[in-house]
Amino acid sequence: MRYLPLTEHDRRDMLSVIGAGSIDDLFVDVPEAARLDGPVRDLPNHASELSVERHMTALARKNTVAGEVPFFLGAGAYRHHVPASVDHLIQRGEFLTAYTPYQPEIAQGTLQMLFEFQTQVARLLGTDVANASMYDGSTACWEAIGMARRITKRGEVVLSSGLHPHYVSVAQTMAKYTGDQLVYSTPNLDDAGDFASLLDYVDGDTSCVVVQYPDILGRIADLKPLADACHANKALLIAVVTEPVALGAIRSPGEMDADIVVGEGQSLGVGLQFGGPYVGLFGCKEKYVRQMPGRLCGETVDADGRRGFVLTLSTREQHIRREKATSNICTNSGLCALAFSIHMTLLGEAGLRQLAATNHANAVAAAERLAQVPGVNLVNDTFFNEFTLDLGREARPIVRALAERGVLAGVSLGRLYPGEDELANGLIVAVTETVTREDIDALATALEEVLA
Amino acid sequence: MSINQSGWRPEMTVKGTDTAAPTFTGNKALMLEEALIFEIGSSETTGVEVAEPVAATSRFGDLARTAPIGLPGLSEPETVRHYTRLSRQNYAIDLGLFPLGSCTMKHNPRLNEKMARLSGFADVHPLQPIDTVQGALGVIHQLAHWLVTLTGMHSVAMSPKAGAHGELCGILAIKAALEAKGEGQRRIILVPESAHGTNPATAAFAGFAVEDIPATADGRVDTNALIARLGPDVAGVMITNPNTCGLFERDLKTISDAVHAAGGYVYCDGANFNAIVGRVRPGDLGVDAMHINLHKTFSTPHGGGGPGSGPVVFSERLTAFAPLPFVEEQDGRFELVEEENAGEHHAQSFGRMVAFHGQMGMFTRALTYILSHGADGLRQVAEDAVLNANYVLRSLEDVLDAPFGKAGPCMHEALFSDANLADGFSTLDVAKGLIDEGFHPMTVYFPLVVHGAMLVEPTETESKAALDQFIGALRSVAERAKAGDAGLKSAPHFAPRARLDETLAARKPKLVWKEPAPVAQAAE
Repeated sequence: MRYLPLTEHDRRDMLSVIGAGSIDDLFVDVPEAARLDGPVRDLPNHASELSVERHMTALARKNTVAGEVPFFLGAGAYRHHVPASVDHLIQRGEFLTAYTPYQPEIAQGTLQMLFEFQTQVARLLGTDVANASMYDGSTACWEAIGMARRITKRGEVVLSSGLHPHYVSVAQTMAKYTGDQLVYSTPNLDDAGDFASLLDYVDGDTSCVVVQYPDILGRIADLKPLADACHANKALLIAVVTEPVALGAIRSPGEMDADIVVGEGQSLGVGLQFGGPYVGLFGCKEKYVRQMPGRLCGETVDADGRRGFVLTLSTREQHIRREKATSNICTNSGLCALAFSIHMTLLGEAGLRQLAATNHANAVAAAERLAQVPGVNLVNDTFFNEFTLDLGREARPIVRALAERGVLAGVSLGRLYPGEDELANGLIVAVTETVTREDIDALATALEEVLA
Repeated sequence: MSINQSGWRPEMTVKGTDTAAPTFTGNKALMLEEALIFEIGSSETTGVEVAEPVAATSRFGDLARTAPIGLPGLSEPETVRHYTRLSRQNYAIDLGLFPLGSCTMKHNPRLNEKMARLSGFADVHPLQPIDTVQGALGVIHQLAHWLVTLTGMHSVAMSPKAGAHGELCGILAIKAALEAKGEGQRRIILVPESAHGTNPATAAFAGFAVEDIPATADGRVDTNALIARLGPDVAGVMITNPNTCGLFERDLKTISDAVHAAGGYVYCDGANFNAIVGRVRPGDLGVDAMHINLHKTFSTPHGGGGPGSGPVVFSERLTAFAPLPFVEEQDGRFELVEEENAGEHHAQSFGRMVAFHGQMGMFTRALTYILSHGADGLRQVAEDAVLNANYVLRSLEDVLDAPFGKAGPCMHEALFSDANLADGFSTLDVAKGLIDEGFHPMTVYFPLVVHGAMLVEPTETESKAALDQFIGALRSVAERAKAGDAGLKSAPHFAPRARLDETLAARKPKLVWKEPAPVAQAAE
């Protein structure tokens, strides 16, 4: 077996050093009734690299690859071009096969990278500080809600209708156990978002208001009035960003005085990967740092006075505080954070702004072209690289029909909001730098045919 | 926001100049210092070329970004060099034995990486129409089948993102099951004091009160104390098996039967499943829920702190409460069961834990690993892991105190205490001494039930020669600590950094880089 270095000779020698007659002697603490006398039944035995590769490749071929068709899906996961050096660098064994940096003297590579990541994320989100990553955007979102509860000691949570419905579901699941009361309704295609109406829900019992920016339908609205209303009531504003590239073009939530800003970092460096692993971004105002979940890397000095980095403020964390910890999170998303950070370093400010501008220009071109398809209306007044179309007919079967024609057209609101008839005609279309003029024409043409 | 345009200058503030003759650069041949990107990058530099945007009318309303963001860029050669230099300041499995107890730092086969990067897995969107992702759902389904079969359980929830998230999944299922029975008054979760910190943190998050159960002198949960505590207020227990002392909980089946008889549920922390995979099925021990760290037992890389993946296997009693989504096969076609089609059959699901479907990239790696090993190889994995740990235990128990060594064999990890060290010498000193020997230290000060714990998990992917070298190194360091060798107190001496001031870091947290204040012009 190619991953097991011990030889039979080694095993015999080692058993004799141990003073055991056979390997079974080392499993004597297992009750007899629970001992298996051989490999688990009904499962195949070991296989060569070549045959495993054949098996996995055959499975991979059964999927439609995003990069091989006109592709317009977004809704929380975006297809961007990832520079080749990103994937090369994250496969350096010293990053890939390291553990959480508990021994900082021999983990400065990971620690410095995390310090750089935290700074990049804080600057992008417009927050004072950011942590060393969460699992993904959806779990970062409910961790933020929990953090608001700890800070405000209140349990009423107002969720914007523009929040990604999966994020809403996760928050609803967790609220059943934490006792938070959630106010939420599904979005409306006829208005410009619900930020104005959310003001009515904010009062002295409100823990936090959670808004997505840009929202699930792609709309962009000013957060400042909401932030002011929250602060007037000593509640927190939590902003969720599922497309961080947008912040290369539009104002950051932190600039508009959001207290906690969380996000899905998958857009940079990570890739689609059928939904995971992704990387949760988590930033906040400095005054709340001791209520943050997750790991934090901080700068310090070593015994010789040289700059170095360590994991810090761990008195918030489960391995010290046990049942009093701010979160149970342990392993987070370190390698995805590295991929995000490398991609961001390659872009730099100039590259990020250019990338954002190209995304927006492509999206504007696509929106204009698609709105010309008979029966199709653009829902959005504002958007970045994603907008919603009203197809005038149920969108979900249209998406399937387009997939059969080799076009992955977007995410139907029927998929995201099953059973919501008023939303069934909606189609969310994302247009990144990877989309070509030909792709847009292919979608428009196919949509015309299917709707005709 | 400005970024240092002038290029980084190393600060030579090394103390003790008689031993450290600093070079101009601060480098020592292949040991290369590296500045922060904020010190070497600039906001104008980029390593990416993006197509010029076509002219378009902005649709941002009045929210276009005007202020600088403060993100430095590097060209591609500078980027590759920056991260390559940083990588060389890390220890890693690829460099040597990494014996972190309970963390399972085994070799990460590169075939797994190659398979996860097939475009059919890596470049697929989670919300594509189901007919276009049959292969991806097939991976989830096949891996689920292996996990259920290897554990002898009834079902598996694949979506939890890491071990602690899996714990939460299992505990929420228990909570949902109790509430469905109208037994919400069961508010206590019993947790052995040797448990990993995530266990009590998880139970507390789910609204349970945590009560500690003591350990016995032989390093196992006190079965009598546990059973005596059962009652109508107890929701269940969280037990790690093999436990964090590296020992098999012999009484787990007895405990499970008692917990079930008292109306509770048994959660097993499966972090150490690698010690028993293919030799014991947790389902045969009465376990109701157990998470499996794919990044431990099934070798997906730890990546410097994740991503992990923590699928949870369930007994029949808890299956109905498992989270959405999951994959079902119907007539050769895979379906994703989500909120809309959960129907009556899954109406009791406690809900969704994550956006999308879990850590697909980890599933492809774990399935590749499992298929490579097969049922026979996985059994050999457990046997070699246990053999290696016992070899370490018996080779060092004359020099280091092994508190449970007399009680019999260990499982996949060997536990030592600081009892034999000279006064004034601690486990930390041993750990730092091992760094100078070219090894990553073992897990230290955990589990809490042993004073100055040193938990050594060699894993099955170490050769006998590698173990012998490690044993020699640890013996040497332990003997220095017994002899009171003062040099050990300031170890490591040869690492990229000496001991770091963690107190300073916590007292004055510097969590983001800030432009240094300009140096005031000296008055002439």
